[in-house]
Amino acid sequence: MTVAEKFQSIQDAAQAHVAAQESRTRIRVGVALCGHAAGAFAVLDALRGEAASRGLDAAVQEVGCIGFCYAEPLVDVQAPGGPRVFYRNVTPQQVPTILDAVASGRWQDAGEVLGTLGEGSVDSIARIEDGDQWRLQARIATRNCGSVDPGDIREYIAAGGYAGLAKSLSDMTQEELIEEIKSSGLRGRGGAAFPTGVKWGFLQGSNRPNKYVLVNCEEGDPGAYNDKGLIESDPHTVVEGTIIAGRATGANYGYIFIRHGHDGPIDRAKEAILQAYEQGLLGEDILGSGFSFDMEVALTGDSYVAGEETALMEAIEGKRSMPRFRPPFPAQAGVWGNPSNINNVKTLAYVPEVVRLGGEWFSEIGYERSKGTAILCLTGDVNYPGMYEVPFGLTLGQVVNDIAGGVASGGAVKLLQTGGPLGGVLGPDSLEITLDYELMSQAGAILGSGGIIVASEDVCAVDLAWNMVAFCQYESCGKCFPCRLGMTHLLDTLERIASNAGRAADLDLMRTIGKTMGMGSLCGHGQLGFNPISSSLRHFEEDFRVHLEEGRCPTGSCTARFHRPTRTSPTAVAGWYVEEGAGTTPKA
Amino acid sequence: MADDALRARIVRAVTEQPQPTVTVLSSLLAIEDELGWIPQEAIEEVASRQSVTQNDVWAVASFYPNFRFSPPGTHMVEVCWGPTCHLMGAQRLLERVHDALGLDGEGDTADGAVTLRYNTCLGACGQAPVVSADHHLLGRASAEAVDALVAGLRAAGRNGGHQR
Ligand SMILES: Cc1cc2nc3c(=O)[nH]c(=O)nc-3n(C[C@H](O)[C@H](O)[C@H](O)COP(=O)(O)O)c2cc1C
Ligand code: FES
Repeated sequence: MTVAEKFQSIQDAAQAHVAAQESRTRIRVGVALCGHAAGAFAVLDALRGEAASRGLDAAVQEVGCIGFCYAEPLVDVQAPGGPRVFYRNVTPQQVPTILDAVASGRWQDAGEVLGTLGEGSVDSIARIEDGDQWRLQARIATRNCGSVDPGDIREYIAAGGYAGLAKSLSDMTQEELIEEIKSSGLRGRGGAAFPTGVKWGFLQGSNRPNKYVLVNCEEGDPGAYNDKGLIESDPHTVVEGTIIAGRATGANYGYIFIRHGHDGPIDRAKEAILQAYEQGLLGEDILGSGFSFDMEVALTGDSYVAGEETALMEAIEGKRSMPRFRPPFPAQAGVWGNPSNINNVKTLAYVPEVVRLGGEWFSEIGYERSKGTAILCLTGDVNYPGMYEVPFGLTLGQVVNDIAGGVASGGAVKLLQTGGPLGGVLGPDSLEITLDYELMSQAGAILGSGGIIVASEDVCAVDLAWNMVAFCQYESCGKCFPCRLGMTHLLDTLERIASNAGRAADLDLMRTIGKTMGMGSLCGHGQLGFNPISSSLRHFEEDFRVHLEEGRCPTGSCTARFHRPTRTSPTAVAGWYVEEGAGTTPKA
Repeated sequence: MADDALRARIVRAVTEQPQPTVTVLSSLLAIEDELGWIPQEAIEEVASRQSVTQNDVWAVASFYPNFRFSPPGTHMVEVCWGPTCHLMGAQRLLERVHDALGLDGEGDTADGAVTLRYNTCLGACGQAPVVSADHHLLGRASAEAVDALVAGLRAAGRNGGHQR
């Protein structure tokens, strides 16, 4: 059998399985992190219990995040042949009412309905597709999120999954594959926006026996959960993208790198890898193509800097996640000295569709040199916090107002915090900025990982800056002293200002520290660690002035309670100390 | 726990790691999953199995703040301290939890029932402010909800809990 024939038989089996499901009523519950936090597991249990006790012929399924985090727990019910009807903010108590309404066909009676999704209409309920929140999106990487069961590879395959891999293995050479990615214009979504095809090309030249593809799901940026969201909701698009990257670069091994403790994404990723092995889509001689690729999940401890590419390699090797000097670059000497290609989760999640539909198709979406979409997490003081995938070219204002519904507490937007703590803040005029890497960086903004936190005029810029600086101080890995000491000095100074005990010279002092950190730090953490303060000063120096000169917080939001986490304290590691009389050499 | 039983659990955690790549860090994480903390015996075991010095293992263990070196409380409360939760009132929520637990920062209650940690982002920012109790997330956490949650854990005392 050829590769294509082998894949066809896998696809046929998957489609037959899914088709058999479609003759039953399907009830889907979103149980990704947002759903979980909103109580979705209790709703899921109630649904399973009630469906069983009624002897209902319905499939109750777990799905991931469709992006409407504000409406969680979201339950959608789909009668055979009908559209999906979404009930929002569902409680376990509401479950019997929903099942009654479904049985009687009076769908509207059961609680707050978000709308329907899919062909057809039911009980004159509004279609989600007709609202701005959906129309303004272009769901490519998140196409299956909230729709397929992330624990069943057959649903992914039936939705067109792994066709890109099959194509890459049967019809395309390595060169053609890299050309396809280059022509798509896909750029890295981990922060630096480096062209993905070019990066892949760096590994191609090397004929070392072991080469690695590293999938970066460290996602330390607070305020962003799209990497975890993707892995939880549709892990196979990431697994497939990784295998294709392996094929293109000639790598033979992949690691998905996730922070310990995020059990949802970790379990989904592990399960997805196992299922891909079972289907013969991972391992030896994939689909009879002669290409072999293995994959596993690697965990890190709590460390933000572990997301930096060279620190990540240290952590995979089991060490402290401290950045390495470059050169050598990862493509020359990465994990265990072997050539390594590192990509963000989102970057790889696009790859299957780019290969399946072609680079040209992808390059027509987006704006100028920013091709495709941005996957944004909109949170903070907005009406509709959520995870939205939008084409480049929209303005931040469209995103904040038309999609996320504007400020929830009333009043105007004061600031946006984008790109994680190192990205700093933007002022209200930023709503006019176009989502585009070049235009955003001209405006002093960083898209970064796609987190956008919205704050209203009730918030003091000093207060938010404190939170970001405290984070950067806590997360400095300590390797470069300008970062380790500088962040601590910045935090001290900022806490002084926030509690109205600042000194006239403090702003200049902070600028001096920030400049030194920028010059003397090895990785972006120290280089950009002053951004939270410099950007806050750029847009909101007045807030600092009021604290310094008038001895008060301009908005009253600075609590001057500086609760923040502490790193491992010396007394916590008492076991390390040598006991009296035990000798003076450290334990070997 | 008898020393032998503890060491047996450690050895099992280290040797039964399912993934192909086993390192100092992966071993420490496996032990933490098993015990909830890293005893001296764990340091010794990892050092000898990875052929590195105990110093090397301590270096890794003390670097990542998720590792602890004494048994944790029976229940684990984490309060998110990230920027979204900060804007939505995390500092006030923290004080509420401090008061309820009789703590003034991260740490363990005197009776060993509850450990409090701050988390830099629990990943459910769309539901801010977020707290977690024994790894169950609670979003849009109001002061009252947090009071009730802590009261529930205190009432459970040393029963139940997050350890496997
Ligand atoms: C301090 C620091 C933290 C980082 N954290 C992450 C992260 O959590 N996830 C990520 O994908 N990239 C992170 N990066 C960027 C990576 O170093 C790297 O550029 C990226 O993973 C490359 O993937 P891409 O080409 O697909 O964008 C971080 C960088 C720095 C300096
Ligand atoms: S900032 Fe609190 S959950 Fe992300």
